[in-house]
Amino acid sequence: MSLFDYKVSDLHELLHKKEIKVADLVDESYKRIAQVDNKVQAFLTLDEEKARQTANTLDEKLTADSSTGLLFGMPIGIKDNIVTKDLRTTCASKILENFNPIYDATVVQKLQQQETVTIGKLNMDEFAMGSSNENSYYQKTRNPWDLERVPGGSSGGSAASVAAGEVLFSLGSDTGGSIRQPAAFCGVVGLKPTYGRVSRFGLVAFASSLDQIGPITRSVEDNAYLLQAISGLDQMDSTSANIDVPNFVSALTGDVKGLKIAVPKEYLGEGVDESVRQSVLEALKVLEKQGAAWEEVSLPHSKYALAAYYLLSSSEASANLARFDGVRYGYRTPNAENLLELYKNSRSEGFGDEVKRRIMLGTFALSSGYYDAYYKKAQQVRTLIKKDFENVFEKYDVIVGPTTPTRAFKIGENIDNPLTMYANDILTIPVNLAGVPAISVPCGLDNGMPLGLQIIGKHFDEETIYRVAHVYEQATDYHKQKPGI
Amino acid sequence: MTRISNEQVKHVANLARLAITDVEAEKFTKQLDAIITFAEQLNELDTENVEPTYHVLDMKNVFREDIKQAGLPREEVLKNAPEHQDGQIKVPAIIGE
Repeated sequence: MSLFDYKVSDLHELLHKKEIKVADLVDESYKRIAQVDNKVQAFLTLDEEKARQTANTLDEKLTADSSTGLLFGMPIGIKDNIVTKDLRTTCASKILENFNPIYDATVVQKLQQQETVTIGKLNMDEFAMGSSNENSYYQKTRNPWDLERVPGGSSGGSAASVAAGEVLFSLGSDTGGSIRQPAAFCGVVGLKPTYGRVSRFGLVAFASSLDQIGPITRSVEDNAYLLQAISGLDQMDSTSANIDVPNFVSALTGDVKGLKIAVPKEYLGEGVDESVRQSVLEALKVLEKQGAAWEEVSLPHSKYALAAYYLLSSSEASANLARFDGVRYGYRTPNAENLLELYKNSRSEGFGDEVKRRIMLGTFALSSGYYDAYYKKAQQVRTLIKKDFENVFEKYDVIVGPTTPTRAFKIGENIDNPLTMYANDILTIPVNLAGVPAISVPCGLDNGMPLGLQIIGKHFDEETIYRVAHVYEQATDYHKQKPGI
Repeated sequence: MTRISNEQVKHVANLARLAITDVEAEKFTKQLDAIITFAEQLNELDTENVEPTYHVLDMKNVFREDIKQAGLPREEVLKNAPEHQDGQIKVPAIIGE
């Protein structure tokens, strides 16, 4: 049995009873990484020396002062688009190959206050653009359940490392499904918080109106603890919300009696595998048995979400990624006679194809003569999608459906056709456009590969989705299933 | 009908400060054309009187106290600069001979 089969609260108790040390937890991480990461390839950079030092310091502290926070000493992995001071942060791009940030992201500072131990930085699709981790410049992370299959993306390393037992939990980021889809594919719990719940300061921006950092864990309870640690208003992010952070764990009451669930027919329709549909219907039965009631509803503009998302996220990306110009930091081309060549060649040699494609799409959508037809139109459609959610949430507490239309696909299967790859995110994207929170929890296996149940909540109502996810988790054994790796 | 031509792709690449080869331009034209064609399904929707959503939260003009603070130390800023000299970031000549 791995130490990471325990929940945070159990490990906390074991630490305080002196049955284990922080050094044991950190050792568990690096031992497991040495064992499996040549296959899984989740990590881009390890911070072993510092992590072991930190563990020793924390162990000494534990002897002297026994009162600590719950996350004290817990080993965590960080997605490589979240900046960590003096620890290489690449966004899985060549353009940031040697980039060592000079400050910590707000979430990283908050974790330090909780005295977690950072194990290393996790692979992703370049600049978080992708659904398979195949767009990483460095390596292709594999799904621990089947090494021939993708872990999902863009937070593929974050999900795979937790599923493979390399870390207790991790942070990912979600712009169109990048936490929930890999969590579903790897059989772990992933939450995208409400837009504004978690500070984006130090998250390398992809699409600023959609990006959110969130926790990936083995259990719903651990997820709530980790979200607790990273949430809240931040002076450094003017889009972080000035709204109280509730105690998420106390929302796990085990009671869903009288809860009203909406099931959008669009989420179980065309393009969604029969096995996925069945697993969701089974899950609804489980929740019904616990006293919740569900009804079919419609989110009529769902089918337009994907198109609106690609126009908007690419437009925002084209502006955000303008900062990578080979001047102040990052890759600089050796082939430049003048400044214009320096910009162009640094960017062309530094970015991968998917990133270039989206920068060009965004530049096109924002360019004179096309702005109204594409960018503004997409923003208007975004309003319609947001209203769809508002309408349903007038009568219902949560929306439930699958996280992905299929189980994890094979490496290479979708790489040549961007549009098929994008279609993977049809069930997660509307959530980002509306800014609402959503979680993915394991809901069974399809031919040995995990599937995820998506529970979507109202703005700033992570408590209710945690409550529902927890009841479902406790009523099933799916979260106990682990990959054979 | 194509939505975006090879020439337009080259123009957009230039605006985005990307150097692309003729072969790449051809590939990106096909792919971008497919994506833009797909995006045109948005035209099925009547958005005549629909306000655009630029931001999902109802917040505007978020200000903080204007307090003087030290900026980042110069040595820190230069740490990641590809080339620097005398405390300044160096780039190729901008003004001609």
